[in-house]
Amino acid sequence: MKKRMLALLLALVMTAGFVLTGCGEKAGSGNGGNDGQQTSDEGGTKKELTVQIGPNPETLDPALNSAVDGGNMLLHNFECLLTVGEDGQIKPGQAEKWEQSEDGLTWTFHLRDGLKWSDGTDLTAEDFVYSWKRVCDPNTAAPYAETVLGMVKGFAEAQAGDLDALAVSAPDEKTLVVELSSPCTFFESLAAFATLSPVQKATIEANGDSWATAPETYVSNGPFVVTEWVSSSHIVMSKNEYYWDKDSIKLDSIKFMLIEDDNATLSAYQSGEILFAKGVPTEEIPSLEGNPEFHVDPMIGTYYISLNDQKEPFTNEKVRKALSLAIDRDYVANTLMQGTYSPAYNFMGPGWMDTDGTEFINNSNGGQPYISEDYEANLEEAKQLLADAGYPGGEGLPALIYSTNDSGYHKVVAEYLQQAWKQLGINVNVDTVEWASFTPLRRAGDYEISRNGWVGDYSDPSNMLDLLYSTNGNNDGKFVDADYDAAMEESRTTVDPAARSAALHKAEDILMEKTACIPVAYYNDFWLQSEKLEGVWHSATGYWYFMYADIAE
Amino acid sequence: MIKYILKRLVMAIVTIFVVATLTFFLMNTVPGGPFTAEKSISEQARKNLEAKYGLDKPIMQRYVTYITDALHGDFGISLKQRGRTVSSIIATKFPVSAKIGGISVLVALILGIPLGCIAALNRGKILDNIIIVLATFGIAVPGFVVCTMLLYFLGVKLQVLPTTFGDGSWTHFIMPVLSIAFYPTAYIARLMRSSMLDVLGQDYMRTAKAKGVSQFVSLFKHALRNAVLPVVTYVGPMLAYTITGSFIVEKVFTIPGLGREFISSVLNRDYTMIMGTTIFLASLMVFINVLVDIVYTIIDPRIKLK
Repeated sequence: MKKRMLALLLALVMTAGFVLTGCGEKAGSGNGGNDGQQTSDEGGTKKELTVQIGPNPETLDPALNSAVDGGNMLLHNFECLLTVGEDGQIKPGQAEKWEQSEDGLTWTFHLRDGLKWSDGTDLTAEDFVYSWKRVCDPNTAAPYAETVLGMVKGFAEAQAGDLDALAVSAPDEKTLVVELSSPCTFFESLAAFATLSPVQKATIEANGDSWATAPETYVSNGPFVVTEWVSSSHIVMSKNEYYWDKDSIKLDSIKFMLIEDDNATLSAYQSGEILFAKGVPTEEIPSLEGNPEFHVDPMIGTYYISLNDQKEPFTNEKVRKALSLAIDRDYVANTLMQGTYSPAYNFMGPGWMDTDGTEFINNSNGGQPYISEDYEANLEEAKQLLADAGYPGGEGLPALIYSTNDSGYHKVVAEYLQQAWKQLGINVNVDTVEWASFTPLRRAGDYEISRNGWVGDYSDPSNMLDLLYSTNGNNDGKFVDADYDAAMEESRTTVDPAARSAALHKAEDILMEKTACIPVAYYNDFWLQSEKLEGVWHSATGYWYFMYADIAE
Repeated sequence: MIKYILKRLVMAIVTIFVVATLTFFLMNTVPGGPFTAEKSISEQARKNLEAKYGLDKPIMQRYVTYITDALHGDFGISLKQRGRTVSSIIATKFPVSAKIGGISVLVALILGIPLGCIAALNRGKILDNIIIVLATFGIAVPGFVVCTMLLYFLGVKLQVLPTTFGDGSWTHFIMPVLSIAFYPTAYIARLMRSSMLDVLGQDYMRTAKAKGVSQFVSLFKHALRNAVLPVVTYVGPMLAYTITGSFIVEKVFTIPGLGREFISSVLNRDYTMIMGTTIFLASLMVFINVLVDIVYTIIDPRIKLK
């Protein structure tokens, strides 16, 4: 009998033991209620803003980051040579002025006086040299190295291990000189790109890759510094007292709730725990229409369909065009996708900047959309094209396979496409592929038709038009066209803005004429924002700026 | 007894080794890899990454290296969560899941056992029917429905509880614990009810009654102790399952726990994390099962370990 009691007790102790293991570290300081607003402190009122803009970032190391989630954190912690202002224009950052040589090959940046790291030590031009070389270092293995530094002289040698070959130098403490191997008219955008943030050599050498995981070793130079990071829960950033423009910062801290689930995000917003929510469940959108706290704004990016241009029958331009014209874009964007996307009649949507600073789309195809907005006429033309291609009423065409992953609106769009192409007499089977297998499948060209999409990294049109360049790693449709490649090469080498603009427009003309891929809808950003929250802005590339925000009383 | 335990331990280690080996080769045959994204990185960048993490080596060589390192206690660094070791991630995430899971098991036991007893003692009466309906409901309703409902009513409508886990003060525990405890409570109540009914019909219970043992003593000393045995069998594996964390509950309440980590490592092809979490969870399961077997023989002497 005693034995049995003992055993029962043991079982209980076991359970209790597991319960208590977790108890140690947390001395609950939570005050449950309205965290989203201000919390009082003994020293007076502190302004803490609580928001949700994305899930747990994989990394907070500027060189290693390749995601928008990480980028959103980085731009609060770090400041590049230049930054992006509220109007989307490039503004001075750590550099107060800069100039390029006449041939466009040498860029000189002049840093501000008295720049400091968040640990109080001086930040010099040499820190940028170190950071940029680190991005090229094969041991760092930075995913965006080629995107941001590929045009710098000596990049290839640096990627092979000879870091000193990279033509970035600091003639004095406040001057940074960059020599390019070919002109890059949008180099200013790159100088404001989070990958090229300065990082502190001392902390990286002392702590290795783990420097960016703990607040104690995470030295930065931006308006805020990370003071707490509970992975997959929240990140707290506090005002950086060493930031040059700290007087313009009104918040004492920002708490980023790393909520992954959209319904949970909405709950947190509705309960007042967060004042800003990026993760809005799409099924709730109809109920949010007309709500002054719900916003929709264009982003630069296009939801498109890749056709495997190397496979029959997609080698035939007429078939490609027929498939494109049979899609009712207005219905897809406004009905299926509930207005969270906008119909795309061009490949390059609103927000891309032409070389003269105007909207690229206004100068495309003489200001007219490439694809007519008259759907009925399009459908007739599609049927005719298919007949011309030798497949009248879809006869002679095998059932096609549409590959997609299952998230967001992808499945709904796939089902719509089945119906739309059925009108041409074409049968389509949908192949749903798990996300991690989907991208390699597409990259390898192991598909017939597939969903695709791109959101710009910066607003220069080459960022998206490059996708169809024959050897580009993202050319999933395997589109190969000598004229297209020639136009893109022209845009890379010319220094004359007008000639460059013409080359870029020519590229889009070819792309649309040959239906290299099928644009369907333009991306929009949509979010919930409390009316109390002021001074927040976002870029068309999906980045959010809370540093100058304020909470109204 | 000692010999039996030793034998079980050796078997446990073999099991874990087999699980680790299978997982290693299976995850490498699944398409995709840790460095794929919607935007492809340059060929050079991918090669650099693979070289950095040793993924450019042949699979057998990687397997031998991994097992050797693991035997020395080195589970490598996460391929996705840069700069963090697999061990440190498990060490920070597991306590959170274990605490919530452990409390949930306690809650399930504290609620489930009395409910089952009450139902059995009031067999056929209204109280019994209410408990049966509730228990059936508890077993039928899936966990994600429970947490969404709780979140909506307690978090959004009434605003009495925080919707996210945050810094984990006690109020943050209520909804996750209720969500996780929901099913086991219902299951234990049902289990307890039927086993109690079984025991109440036994001869020794009649004898006890005939002897004039008070109802209180006969219930607690004779009936309950025997009736609780099936619950113990159930609680062991349930405990192992619960303390390792629930993906859904952790996702809905933004709890930084191991359950979420395990699933997302598979979805992200974070190879070292898949291996680390699998080995850890497998070990936990296997050893808890051994423990339960031992505990069981102590509680019920009729069972002999052979």
